[in-house]
Amino acid sequence: MAEVVATNETILVVGGGISGMTAALEAAECGKNVVLIEKNPSLGGRVSQLYRYFPKLCHPTCGLEINLKRLRGNKRIRVLTLAEVAKVEGKSGDYSVTVNIKPRYVNENCTACGACGEAVSAEIPNPFNYNLSKIKAAYLPNAMAYPQRFVLDASIIGTPEADKAKAACKYNAIDLDQKEEILTIKAGAVVWATGWKPYDAAKIQPYGYDRIANVITSVEFERLADPHGPTGGKLLRPSDGKEAKNVAFIQCAGSRDRNHLKHCSRICCMASLKQTNYVTEKYGDEGQSSIYYIDIRAIDRFEDFYQKVRANKTVKFIKSKVANITEDKATGNPVLHGVDTEGYHRYDNAHDLVVLAVGMEPNVDAGKIMPGGVVADVSGFIDINSTTEAVFGAGCASNALDVNRAVQSATAASLRAIQVVNRVSRAEV
Amino acid sequence: MADMKVGAYICKGCGIGERLNVAQLVNIAQKEGKAPIAREHEFLCNASGVEMIKNDIANEGVNHVVIAACSRRAKAETFNFDNVAVNRTNLREGVIWVTPADDDKKEIVQEMAADYIRMGCAEVKKMEAPQANPNHGNNRRILVVGGGISGMTAALEASKTGYDVLLVEKTGALGGWAAKLWKRVPNREPYADPMDSGVDAMIQAVSGDKRITVHLNSTVTKTSGAPGQFSVDISKESGGTSTENVGAIIMASGFTQFDANKLSHYGYGKSANVVDQAGLEELAKKANGGAIKRADGKEVKSVVFVQCAGQRSPKEGELSYCSGHCCNTSIKQAMYFKDQNPGIDAMVMYTDLRTPGNGEDFYRSAQKKGVIFTKGWPKEVSASGELKFKDVILNEEVSTTPDLIVLATGQIANSGVNIDEVKQDEPGQWASTPQSVLNMVYRQGKDLPQLVHGFNDSHFICFPYETRRTGIYTCGPVRRPMDMAQAIEDATGATLKAIQAVENASLGRAAHPRSGDLSFPSFRKEGCTQCKRCTVECPFGAIDEDEQRFPVFNEGRCRRCGTCMGACPVRVISFENYSVETVATQIKAVDMPDQFDEKPRILVLACENDAYPALDMAAMNRIQYSAFTRVIPVRCLGSVNTNWVVESLNAGYDGVMLMGCQKGDNYQCHFVKGSELAHVRMSKIDDTLKGLSLEVERVQTYEVAITDIERAPKLINEMAETINKIGLSPLKF
Repeated sequence: MAEVVATNETILVVGGGISGMTAALEAAECGKNVVLIEKNPSLGGRVSQLYRYFPKLCHPTCGLEINLKRLRGNKRIRVLTLAEVAKVEGKSGDYSVTVNIKPRYVNENCTACGACGEAVSAEIPNPFNYNLSKIKAAYLPNAMAYPQRFVLDASIIGTPEADKAKAACKYNAIDLDQKEEILTIKAGAVVWATGWKPYDAAKIQPYGYDRIANVITSVEFERLADPHGPTGGKLLRPSDGKEAKNVAFIQCAGSRDRNHLKHCSRICCMASLKQTNYVTEKYGDEGQSSIYYIDIRAIDRFEDFYQKVRANKTVKFIKSKVANITEDKATGNPVLHGVDTEGYHRYDNAHDLVVLAVGMEPNVDAGKIMPGGVVADVSGFIDINSTTEAVFGAGCASNALDVNRAVQSATAASLRAIQVVNRVSRAEV
Repeated sequence: MADMKVGAYICKGCGIGERLNVAQLVNIAQKEGKAPIAREHEFLCNASGVEMIKNDIANEGVNHVVIAACSRRAKAETFNFDNVAVNRTNLREGVIWVTPADDDKKEIVQEMAADYIRMGCAEVKKMEAPQANPNHGNNRRILVVGGGISGMTAALEASKTGYDVLLVEKTGALGGWAAKLWKRVPNREPYADPMDSGVDAMIQAVSGDKRITVHLNSTVTKTSGAPGQFSVDISKESGGTSTENVGAIIMASGFTQFDANKLSHYGYGKSANVVDQAGLEELAKKANGGAIKRADGKEVKSVVFVQCAGQRSPKEGELSYCSGHCCNTSIKQAMYFKDQNPGIDAMVMYTDLRTPGNGEDFYRSAQKKGVIFTKGWPKEVSASGELKFKDVILNEEVSTTPDLIVLATGQIANSGVNIDEVKQDEPGQWASTPQSVLNMVYRQGKDLPQLVHGFNDSHFICFPYETRRTGIYTCGPVRRPMDMAQAIEDATGATLKAIQAVENASLGRAAHPRSGDLSFPSFRKEGCTQCKRCTVECPFGAIDEDEQRFPVFNEGRCRRCGTCMGACPVRVISFENYSVETVATQIKAVDMPDQFDEKPRILVLACENDAYPALDMAAMNRIQYSAFTRVIPVRCLGSVNTNWVVESLNAGYDGVMLMGCQKGDNYQCHFVKGSELAHVRMSKIDDTLKGLSLEVERVQTYEVAITDIERAPKLINEMAETINKIGLSPLKF
């Protein structure tokens, strides 16, 4: 049974991605007590699934390591994984939050020795790789996973596979009787940092994500490029496992579109520019990237990065909103149809692989957090200027932001939460 | 201080007990490691194991603890004991997971483990539990430099959190650029119309806030000290200086508009109908909601906005970057006309329209209001006001002569002097300059280091507030070009960091990235040769010089990376729990086989932030490397003292490998230049090697990323291969 000591001077942070971790760490390093809850079995969030960051092309796990080190050394933060908020009640300075915790079937005794993973043969789709590969049903979510503790997938509970896992564990770490728990946590203020999800590409019907094997999303492309991803870092296209050397990137896939996401997702231009580097990294001059765009939004010094990509002769830019994609049945190649608006030329371009730069959809149901008090904008992001409760949107729960801006936002949200608990503690002195 | 008593605890779990002779390791800890208490445990990280250690600390006087189990990155919370020195000897990820279980390898694997036990016991004896920096200040007041939107936000947020603020503004009024705006870009639903800037209310709030003291017509003419104990001189324009103490500083000095006079080809200064965006705000303010008139009094019936004027430009003297706000600003300004009179022609000419997030709604609203958006490349504006441009969509050269042309020019950071270009004042001859924002009395210059294009941004994507001057944070357009909404978020975040800096300082603790670290550098003046390497190489400007050129450590500014320790040729700088000695003693503790044993020894000094985790993750994937390897984690490659390398060669090591982060423009080192410095220092080691008659291949420095899970072990195996080829070191005994 998870025991959580919390008072109305505690800050509750919902979401353990880079924004939530930042908000929690910054508050704790100011001397505040924090409970950090994450719905997945480990922290790190969506950025930990990226191969590289723009514009430095560095690896997200580098920053994650620093944040985990800060976390491991800070006694003021209590982390709960597999936990989701069911309900928030109360008022600023005095909230009561109901949290559901799913069973991990593995307790604190786990040393991550890996014996259970070896014993089990059942496999499940690996969510860390957007289900592009499989993983054992007793697994460590990824090499950087925190807590460094295995998970048993619920699908094997009650089967002989689970018994195999239990038998393999020498440390009494597997507890097949764990049940879902419901906790009530007190908090003075809440930071809501539940992040974003990729827009469902299948909803953009003309692009055929659900029909054409070689049309994938930008987040899936990140996993392909990662040497520790499902293809060992090779850009292999799904239909035939062939190396994709001629890659098209379609911007605003779901964004800036009345039928889908109205807002601009901000990151996708830079993400595609970055991903053309992956093509060059793998194939040099033999690779070809084509970016189909409306506007290239490389703001502030990101412009430097854009100009570098512009100077790369293997990258073409076509100012066009692609009308639709068909599949060449003989080759499996997706064929893009549309009009290049610079001079109005029609095109029908075949590529090995199409990457949809999918939009950023907030992973928030603001209406359900505290109806009336927590306000969402039309895109579903928490509107921090209209919200009246001490529930502070942070990172991509509050706006379409890149990592750097998400961290700024989370730091600001953390201060807003501190102001509330400081007010509470002053009142109690 | 109680007598030192070492307790060594060796775990048998996770296969350690099966793979290694733990009884022998216990014996080594007692006999060679001189640990009066040495115990083995089946499962050290469980409650009974931890209880055993706690009991020895409480009842047996153990104050130096060696945990020989898994990596320091695992079970860190479990093995967290207060007020004792702790070493984590890595037998799991460091030995059994990276070596084969074959019987014929048993001996060399056991030797690897035994050496790590010797190293752990040796290190812990040279460590003290850090006691926090005693020279800390307790001042909690925040200095905010700049009274624009960013500075006022910082001041109000700090006050709201319960902290006193000193706000210094150069001009005679608060408000900055925002006060010059007719209206602002909306920051809330429905993102359809320009809205009131709110700046007047903000000025009132600042003026009425008892916690905030405002100094107008004032600048900072001197900054010295450290977090928790800064001393600043505030000088009035009219004369007179007061000295104040503050705990942390927020620099919100804003931006200067790009000088549109440089854009004479766009008619600025030549044609009466060309203004910049700031000029249009002035006209709109004057119109006060009525028809906007040109300077010559003519009512504007047609207006063209030229985006990226002097920006995103490769031309000398113009800005290469994008200022980010100008697309939304032009949309807002086009609405000034359309909202007043829908009959006015308003056109925005752009290359890429950049309205991220909900700016897209604002853009759509402008389209609904009839603003025309044209993708076009402006060529020139004649003295008569004719704008020639290429219409990119129609692929035609065309021209237009509107009543008014508005140039969307960029933001230039008010970041003070560029310390990389200006010669530093000699100690004792420091003088303030009006160009500087902070006039810091720091060995490394008067203002904050700039990142690129003159802005003071952080280099780190994950850590936007990772500043290179501890306790000083920038926010708003001095950090990077930005709009008002972002400046408010940024200033709020910077305020948290300033508050955190004073809280940490008052406890004598380090700031990010070693936040919470209680160790601090101590310096033995007697041995110092005044070589100045530490003062030059400290990435954070923490070390000043006195007039005799002795270093003066400002512990509160120190980030505990140890770069000074690595730089010091006479080894007079150390930390309580990390010193030249703590590493040298580990190097010496290794049991060196003689030359005829054919057992080479490879020393790896691995950066604890990237290379060490990469080796850990290699182990988790059971990727193997030579069992002849001995890895020592270091805080930063910058802390690696050349002496360690020389000593290890003298001791008979056959190869020495330094693994640090990526260097260069996109460096990943969190201590800025650690990896780079190590590469430079090691490039000079070749002469030493030749002097010892050793092959230069024996010492190598690498850039290793945290993702180099396969590569890092491969590099080690390549070194083993090289040693195999060139033979063992002749310096063994």
